Amino acid sequence: MAQVVVVTSGKGGVGKTTSSAAFATGLAQRGKKTVVIDFDVGLRNLDLIMGVERRVVFDIVNVISGEARLNQALIRDKRVDTLSILPASQTRDKDALTRDGVAKIIEELSKDFDYILCDSPAGIEKGALLALYFADQAVVVTNPEVSSVRDSDRILGVLQSRSKRAEEKKDPVKEHLLVTRFDPVRVERGEMLKLEDIQEILSIPLLGVIPESESVLKASNTGTPVILDAESMAGQAYADAVSRFLGEEKPHRFIEAEKKGLFKRLFGGRAA
Amino acid sequence: MSWLDYFRGRRQEQPASASAAKERLQIVLAHERIGRTREDFLPKLQQDLVAVVARYVAIDPGKVNVNLDRGGDMSTLAIEIELPAPSAVRMVAGAR
Repeated sequence: MAQVVVVTSGKGGVGKTTSSAAFATGLAQRGKKTVVIDFDVGLRNLDLIMGVERRVVFDIVNVISGEARLNQALIRDKRVDTLSILPASQTRDKDALTRDGVAKIIEELSKDFDYILCDSPAGIEKGALLALYFADQAVVVTNPEVSSVRDSDRILGVLQSRSKRAEEKKDPVKEHLLVTRFDPVRVERGEMLKLEDIQEILSIPLLGVIPESESVLKASNTGTPVILDAESMAGQAYADAVSRFLGEEKPHRFIEAEKKGLFKRLFGGRAA
Repeated sequence: MSWLDYFRGRRQEQPASASAAKERLQIVLAHERIGRTREDFLPKLQQDLVAVVARYVAIDPGKVNVNLDRGGDMSTLAIEIELPAPSAVRMVAGAR
C-alpha cells in the first residue's frame, strides 16, 4: 500500500513546489516508486519545476472527467526512472477536482507506487483541502517568518480536523516540519526566527532545514529539481531530509552561520 | 557583509526583531488555537452589551466604538458608547 504524503504550507511562495519536486526526486533516487501530483488546478507549476512542461498532454482533470486514462496523463521522468509526474490542469478551475475523482486516482496509483506526493496549492480552499485529505503524512513547509509560521499552524489544525484520517478517527496524519529559506547569518544577527523558536511554536518534529540558496532559482530556471544539484547546499539539505524521512539518522547541516575567513570578511560572499 | 559596512553604521546595535516575531506569534497562535475548538465569544459579547445599553438609552449604533486587545495573559475589551444629550433621552422616556 502506498504512502500518501502531502506537501503543504497554507501560505504561498514558501517553497512547496520546489520541495515537492526535490522530495519526489529524492525518494525516487532511493529506488522508491514515486509519483508527484500537482493539485494546483488553474495555476500549475510543478511541470515547470520538474522540467516536463513540454511533455504535458493530459492532466488530472482529464483523468477525473474520463477524457484520458491515468497512464496517458502520467509523465515518466527521464532522469530518474522510478519517478512520475501527474500535472494539474492549466485551464480548468479548482471545482473540476472532486473528492471521489481524487480518491479513485489515489487508489489506482497505490497499486503501482510506493509514495504518492501531493503538491498542495496555497490557501485552505478546496484544492488545498483535497491535496491533504488522503494524506498519511504531511510535510509542512515553513519560512522563518511570522505569516508563514502562523499559516503553518493553521494548516496543522486543518490536518488534525479535516483529513480523512481525522474524520475516520484513525491514527493522525504524521507531521513533519521542513524549514526553507533559512539564513543562519540573519538568525545570528537576531533578524530571523531561530530554528528552536519555530519548533517550539509549531511543536512538530523537524524533518529538515533548507538554507536560502541561489541554487534554488538556478534549478527552477532550468527545470531541474534542486536535489539533483548535489554540489549545492540546498540539494544536500533536501537529500538529508529525504534520508530522515526514510528513517535514517542525519545531523542537521547548514544551520550555523559559516565562520568567515579574513578574505570573505573583507570582500563579502554569497551562499552557493 | 563587506568592509564598507563597517563604515555604514552597521556597528550601532539594532534591537533584535526576531524575538518580537516569536512573542507576537506565541500570543496570536494561543488565541487562534482556542478559536479552533471553541467559538470566539468576544464579538457576541460586544453585541449583547450594546443591546443591553440600548434597552435603557436610545443610542446611535454609529457611535459605538469597540477596541479589542488580545494579550498573552489578559485581553481587554473596551466599548465606548456615546450617550445622547439629556434632552434626547427625555424625549425617549416621554414616548414610553
